[in-house]
Amino acid sequence: MDTWIHNDHCLMSLTAQVCLAQQHCKAGRLTGSEVTSSGRMITFILMVNRQGQTRLCRYYQPLKLSQRTALETDAVRCCLSRGRDQCSFVEYKDFKLVFRQYAALYIVAGVTDDENELSVYELLQNFVEVLDKYFSRVSELDIMFNLDRVHLILDEMVQNGHIVETNRSSVLAPLTALDKMANG
Amino acid sequence: MSDVVEKTLTALPSLLSIDSQPGAAKLSSTSKLGSLIRGITELTSKHEEEKLIQQELAAIKDQASSPNTSMRQMKELMVRAIYCEMLGYEASFCYIHAIKLAQQGTALEKRVGYLSVALFLNESHELLLLLVNTVLKDLQSTNLIEVCMALTLVSQLFPKDMIPAILPLVEERLTHPKEIIRRKAVLALYKFYLIAPNQVQHIHNKFRKALCDKDPGVMTASLHIYLQMIKENPDSYKDLTGSFVTILKQVVAGKLPMDYNYHSVPAPWLQIQLLRILSLLGKSDPSTSEIMYEVLDESLRRAEMNHNITYAILYECVKCIYTIHPKAALLEKAAKCIGNFVVSPKINLKYIGLKALTYVVQQDPKLALQHQMTIIECLDHPDLIIKRETLELLFRITNAQNVTVIVEKMLEFLHTGQDDYTTIDLVGKVAEVAEKFASDNKKWFIDTMNTMFSLGGDLMQPDIPNNFLKLLSEGFDGGGGDMKLRHFAVDSYVSLLQEEPGKLPQRFLQVISWVLGEYSHLRDDLEPVTVLRLLAKLLDLKQASSETKSWVLLAMTKLCEGEASTTVLQQISETYCSSMDTALRQRAQELQNLSLHPELRARVLPQDVCKEPLEVDSSLSFLDAFVSDALAAGAAPYKPPHQRQDDLAQEKALSLEPYGLQLPISMSSCSLADRQSPTLPSMSSGLSGDSSDLSLKAGSTTLKLEKVKRVWGKEGYLAQRDPVEEPAKVEAHTVVHSADQVGETSISQSQTPLATVAASQEKQQLASSLFVGLSSQTSVSLMGKSELTPQRFSRKAKGEVTSSEVSKQTSNSVDNLLCNILLDSNVDPEASLPSPRQTSQTSYGSAAAKDIALIDNERPESDMKRPETCLIRDNGLVAADSAETEEPFRTKDMCLASYLPADCIGTTYSEITHLCSSHCVDLSACHVHKEDCLVLVVFISNTSASLVQRLVVQLDSEEVEVSCISESPVEEVKSHHVEVCQYSLTVKRPLVHFVASGLVSFHTATGTPHTTPFSCKLPLTAFIRPLALSTEEYGTMWLAFSHDTKQKLTLIMDIQDPLRATLNVLERKLHLHVVDIIGMEGIIACQLLQDQPCLMHCRVHAGTLSVWLRSPVPDLPDCLLYHCQKALQEHC
Repeated sequence: MDTWIHNDHCLMSLTAQVCLAQQHCKAGRLTGSEVTSSGRMITFILMVNRQGQTRLCRYYQPLKLSQRTALETDAVRCCLSRGRDQCSFVEYKDFKLVFRQYAALYIVAGVTDDENELSVYELLQNFVEVLDKYFSRVSELDIMFNLDRVHLILDEMVQNGHIVETNRSSVLAPLTALDKMANG
Repeated sequence: MSDVVEKTLTALPSLLSIDSQPGAAKLSSTSKLGSLIRGITELTSKHEEEKLIQQELAAIKDQASSPNTSMRQMKELMVRAIYCEMLGYEASFCYIHAIKLAQQGTALEKRVGYLSVALFLNESHELLLLLVNTVLKDLQSTNLIEVCMALTLVSQLFPKDMIPAILPLVEERLTHPKEIIRRKAVLALYKFYLIAPNQVQHIHNKFRKALCDKDPGVMTASLHIYLQMIKENPDSYKDLTGSFVTILKQVVAGKLPMDYNYHSVPAPWLQIQLLRILSLLGKSDPSTSEIMYEVLDESLRRAEMNHNITYAILYECVKCIYTIHPKAALLEKAAKCIGNFVVSPKINLKYIGLKALTYVVQQDPKLALQHQMTIIECLDHPDLIIKRETLELLFRITNAQNVTVIVEKMLEFLHTGQDDYTTIDLVGKVAEVAEKFASDNKKWFIDTMNTMFSLGGDLMQPDIPNNFLKLLSEGFDGGGGDMKLRHFAVDSYVSLLQEEPGKLPQRFLQVISWVLGEYSHLRDDLEPVTVLRLLAKLLDLKQASSETKSWVLLAMTKLCEGEASTTVLQQISETYCSSMDTALRQRAQELQNLSLHPELRARVLPQDVCKEPLEVDSSLSFLDAFVSDALAAGAAPYKPPHQRQDDLAQEKALSLEPYGLQLPISMSSCSLADRQSPTLPSMSSGLSGDSSDLSLKAGSTTLKLEKVKRVWGKEGYLAQRDPVEEPAKVEAHTVVHSADQVGETSISQSQTPLATVAASQEKQQLASSLFVGLSSQTSVSLMGKSELTPQRFSRKAKGEVTSSEVSKQTSNSVDNLLCNILLDSNVDPEASLPSPRQTSQTSYGSAAAKDIALIDNERPESDMKRPETCLIRDNGLVAADSAETEEPFRTKDMCLASYLPADCIGTTYSEITHLCSSHCVDLSACHVHKEDCLVLVVFISNTSASLVQRLVVQLDSEEVEVSCISESPVEEVKSHHVEVCQYSLTVKRPLVHFVASGLVSFHTATGTPHTTPFSCKLPLTAFIRPLALSTEEYGTMWLAFSHDTKQKLTLIMDIQDPLRATLNVLERKLHLHVVDIIGMEGIIACQLLQDQPCLMHCRVHAGTLSVWLRSPVPDLPDCLLYHCQKALQEHC
């Protein structure tokens, strides 16, 4: 269980200042209607290799299986057609693709038009770095044979299309705890 | 780090078959998953893959359903199933096993179970309900990992209806000692907030606690909720600005633990999130923005490091600086920062720089000037996405001077052949700017639109051709040029048709045929026969859709003139009179008959009618006779579509009625229903459902309502009418131009030449043409999004009713009703009608006084001076415009009731409400429910010490008839006196609420004139009176009434007799008369003044009250039903 406590070093001064501002919240005027999670977001994350084989896919908007396959094929085609000197962002239908290439593997994120592409681009790098830390030098094989674990890591970082955690140790904490339980 | 990753990954493909890898302990390539993956990798064809996966799925299914499968094996199976679904093969049989695994597994197995549930199911999947119990159990587990898993799943997907079941547990976890649990709980609440904001309304305080959590992770998580809440309602969270600024300051200064750093940038994504929140808070709020300037400056300064992520932060920072209230020094720095972006050799930075610039030029178009050369370079960039983004930027800086060049660039880009989405988007933008600046260069406009229609094809949004036609028919604001525009259009279309019309898209052909039909007579040198022949060619085109053919036939109808054309037309109409397409057949019939009868045609399509506002009888009241005949002959009364569905739901028993006939029109053309398509009945008003007299001032020539007939009804085909006579009955009209406009036919020779940019020309020249007009602020027409919507096109504001409005107004009464409900949701019909007991003056007066006293106590001091405002409450009468009063309104004046006319005393009357105050005159009103009429009593009180003279009170309404019943009009009011005007009101047609508005004008003692508008609102119930009937009378009347509506209402829970209790409430509140109650059924009768009965039949059914209202008056059942619902809701 100790692995959970990754950092108790806290922001005391920060907290204190915020507390000063704490007041009773006036009940905000809320719309009764359902707020869909539309707006700025990541719509999906894909890992595809140069041969067009999907290694991982995670969708944050409901999409039928048949549509997924079509989208993945298109996405790979889009990315493969891009040269090294070209922009890492591609327009695809009504959203944008942000992709990064690692050897033969592409990591692609679909984002809405108002998302900050560059920040997502860096998120993909962060994701790979986390994988690298967990698998100690990650390879495509690791991703293929540990599909479940890669998903678990991604789930810690992105939820409902929003970036929820980027701190590497926090991201890995739950998974390492599970591994420990499984081993001992 | 990334180098390392790349190195290992490069070596990959060759390693597929080798197991001895670093980290191989985690590789289970010998497992079944391994063999599956290896098998797939070795395959060469899609067909083989399919075969293999089907085998795999069968094996998984087999093993998963075996009782001996351990959870460990089940976990393996799930991963394999995830793999199969990833490849696009459905494994739905696994879903239930995934849930089972989450239920029964431990540790990693359980986690994989949850994971597969999250991957397999969507939010609305019914199997998710089976998981609720597991989640509940895990949330209460002592094992932190299990709590953590459950919370993760909940924040990913959870059935909305089950939120209350776990909400208390999640809330409890907010105070958990472990920060990861707190963080996950906050994220779960964020999810709840997204799917059901009302459910977490009560825990806003806890969100604040999360924001102040000592762990940065929990604080970060809470920002998601705040971003969402602030987006919806920034004003409620202004007080938190300081906190967000403080947090950002500390993050920027690097006070967070090291592991929040990413490439030595402290918590970049957190910074981005905070900047987004700040920009929402500071938007057009100088004082809030003031708090942020320092930290934004700091952010700009700190982000000097050369890494992508710092640029991502800078982008967000620049956006924030340009969103909030501007500060010159910061703007300058931000602009410089963007400069660095756009000139960067790194293409990703260039892109983000362009995106930032696009955003910024909406605020400050001059900034584009600074970077003009870069923008020109980007326009020729080999990377399409850069080009595209540049066009987006240019679109934002379009003005009258550079529009031709920019549009040319956009069309150039379209020519290169883009995907559908880009085409639709760009075509829309071209149309938008072209129409905006059309008045300056009409020839250019027509040419541009031609190119645009040809390129956009049938992909474009349907409102583009519609707007174009509207612009053509209504003209510009400036006037004068409209004729020229039409001339250009006709000329260009004639030459287009002479070339190769087969290549043109359908939408364009439709536009062409409409314009030629409408305006080709403007060209004297153009023989109608020539145009007809050109149009006839279109009919023979293979690719012409039947919709296009309809447009063509309609255009021909307008053109049939002279011997020669009649022969051509006869042939055509004969061909299409036997068409399989009903719409086409109808057009052909019209064409045939109108071409044979010139005098009839002259009446239906007169040429020299001034463009007066048209009276459109959207209710099709001319068909009333036909309807009543049909009803008399035993036809079923018309039911609006929404009620038909209801009936189906209510009567699940055998339906003995024949099925209604479907409209024989494809859905694709239905989408054009409220547009100008002549192919189908575009107005959905029911045949007899709405025979109300809705007179619309439709100046739009594009609405061809009068030619649109209802062909099919619930009764089937309504073809007994003579198709020729029918349109003649309608107040027919078409657009023809006033004589003075026709005189202006000569084409102006003084067109401004098109600014063409030859490819060989210097970029500098392009720059000067692109950025012309940006340097001086005044000449710039900002194309910021916010400014786009209100006035897109410069055209005559006439008619006031646009086509969409017309369609809105004419859509059936239900929409009206809905609209009213939305608008008046806070209007309380009951409050306007005090109970009969309150009728005596004194009791009323004191009650009113008490009310005031009560409200005064609750009001803050600032409002104490004007107690009369307290009276403006949400009851039947609402004063719309209350002007400032100079003198406090005295309480004694509230006893206005004593001024009620003698004949009103003893009857029911509403509370007296304040209408308006002007200078020294106060207007109040109440309505008195007399037995045979409704009287509106207006009290005019003079609060000054001097005489008020030449008083005129006018009251008018479109919805009710107003007649003054005072013996002599009030002309003056003595000081501190009250005069009374009485008006008798009669309903013109039923509505949920009626508004009467008026003007009061008078001269003070000094002779200064004053005029103030006022308005008052009356509920329908004010006009409802009980109708005493016997059960037999009721029975005969019931059968005779044609308008009806059905609905289920809530039943008042009364132990003894819920039906009677409910009906009593309705009787009391709405002045209905309960005729009889037998068992579980009750009948009620009432009348709308004067003598417009409405009957109501109620039946208790499955805990609800099924009501069925019938009346001879259209809309009355619907409107009354609304008040019934309202009354019962309030009672509960």
